[in-house]
Amino acid sequence: MSLLITLLGLLAITFVIARVVPNDPVLSIIGERATQAQYDAVRLELGLDEPLWRQFGIYVWDAAHGDLGKSIRTKQPVAAEIARFFPATLELATLATLFGVIIGVPAGVLAATRPGTLIDQIVRIVGLMGYSMPVFWLGLMGLLLFYGILGWVGGPGRLDPTYEMMLEFDMTQYTGMILIDAALNGSWDVFSNAVSHIILPAGLLGYTSMAYISRMTRSFMMNELGQEYITTARVKGMPEARVIWVHAMRNVLVPLITVVALSYAYLLEGAVLTETIFAWPGLGSYITDALFAADMPAVLGGTVVVGVAFVTLNMASDILYRLVDPRAA
Amino acid sequence: MIRLTAWLRDPNPGSRRQARLGQAYLSWRRMRRNSLAMAGLAIVAVLVALAALAPLIAPHDPFAQDLTRRLLPPGTAQHWLGTDEFGRDILTRILYGARITLYIVALVAVTAPVLGLAVGTIAGYFGGWTDQILMRITDIFLAFPRLILALALVAVLGPGIENAVLAIALTAWPPYARVARAETLTVRNSDYIAAVRLQGAGPARIIWGHVMPMCLPSVIIRVTLDMAGVILIAAGLGFLGLGVQPPLPEWGLMISTGRKYLFEQWWVATMPGLAIFVVSLGFNLLGDGLRDVLDPRSAGK
Repeated sequence: MSLLITLLGLLAITFVIARVVPNDPVLSIIGERATQAQYDAVRLELGLDEPLWRQFGIYVWDAAHGDLGKSIRTKQPVAAEIARFFPATLELATLATLFGVIIGVPAGVLAATRPGTLIDQIVRIVGLMGYSMPVFWLGLMGLLLFYGILGWVGGPGRLDPTYEMMLEFDMTQYTGMILIDAALNGSWDVFSNAVSHIILPAGLLGYTSMAYISRMTRSFMMNELGQEYITTARVKGMPEARVIWVHAMRNVLVPLITVVALSYAYLLEGAVLTETIFAWPGLGSYITDALFAADMPAVLGGTVVVGVAFVTLNMASDILYRLVDPRAA
Repeated sequence: MIRLTAWLRDPNPGSRRQARLGQAYLSWRRMRRNSLAMAGLAIVAVLVALAALAPLIAPHDPFAQDLTRRLLPPGTAQHWLGTDEFGRDILTRILYGARITLYIVALVAVTAPVLGLAVGTIAGYFGGWTDQILMRITDIFLAFPRLILALALVAVLGPGIENAVLAIALTAWPPYARVARAETLTVRNSDYIAAVRLQGAGPARIIWGHVMPMCLPSVIIRVTLDMAGVILIAAGLGFLGLGVQPPLPEWGLMISTGRKYLFEQWWVATMPGLAIFVVSLGFNLLGDGLRDVLDPRSAGK
């Protein structure tokens, strides 16, 4: 129920934003030179003659049926376009979250078990640096160092142009995520080329989420290690590794799920800036390109999709939380 | 000096002001032991000083173009950090850029918490339906990722420094509302509020004069912690060309022009980014330290 209200609120905000746009949506479709008859026809087609509350009703109805309007630039349905761009963002954000968890969780545990030591300070400062760096600048610096100077990774884009042709003509695209599609097709040269392109943006995005995950892991772990059951386990003579990784970790895992889900959701946002740097054809690039073309339906459609993804991830983490923690059920 | 500290540490303060200053002094002593927080404070203080003194210490005019001296590398005589594509001195532009950053940060720090405080205290004080509706709205705003919502707002309002501030403030208030509501709920039923009410004070007076001051400390901590995020979002908007417009020396904007020269003239994009990084690191360190000092819940750790 509350999910429905939130989603309705989301649409209400984008609807209000769309209605206060200073430029006329009809004019932006037909151009300045159209006749009055054309103008009226498009106005009717867009439903702008209806009262505002009915317009909102139609907007919600359409959105619920997967219709986010038509892009002004391409005249294509926004929902279909986003469906084409979204897998690239999903691939990037997923890999980045994986990096963040694989490095962030052990780093947080390490810091929590040695509070006040040099290791703790290093984890803290590296984390704070991740919080403080503008992600687009980090991307540029990464490109400069690893692509421009060292030449270790592929440059901007998801693939080299030659491989892009192979992807286009020789392969079945199952998911739109190149790594998975290439593996399913067994084209390992495309796969390795895709890896060389994704590793840098995903690593840099992963660093920002690692900062958040390691910090939260540390604080959760510190909290658990102060509990009495830990003391009991230690007094029984249980090896410290088992105390930390089995006994304490089980309880740290519960709140950590929420943290990982949240950081995953924030990566969808961080992806906007990273994608413009790496010419990554994902949702972020789609929204920013649409912004510069004053293509409001596309901008707002993208905003709605990101908002819905955000809300859905939060809800998914709530459900997982209940599955993992029997007390919450 | 000794008499001043003795006065501050007096266990039996003679006036309310003495007690309050004494508390502040003790917090300050606690914070001085936290070297990272002091480093953050130093960075922020230097930023404020540099911004204030920019016209005095900057070696050049931030807008003066000299195409014969364009894209000079760092370390050149008279141009320590090099020049950009119009031959403007990068160090000068970074110094002036500090003013723009501070201006944005200050405006957001004034508007967003006030909006959040108003919503949160009203929701918490009245409870019931008012609370339900206001908190639902807050949740909906929280459901949007901040940068995306700010992007959509700027797309509508049009680019520019004031619109960027407005967009950031409109996306920044919900956490303050949450904090203020929680604080309000704890004081709403206390005896002193009942006493004020018996004296005939109306809700507006009670909220403004007696509830809001209680919410301020926790809100201030959040503001400091949020400032780094505000700087990053403002720079992101500038970078996309949706915030501050050229030729103003905003740091995000400077990075986006330097992008064209990234592989040959790396310094054009690198230097302003370093400035953003150092300043937001400063705010993060300071906010972290302030929380450790002022928030009793994290005091033990």
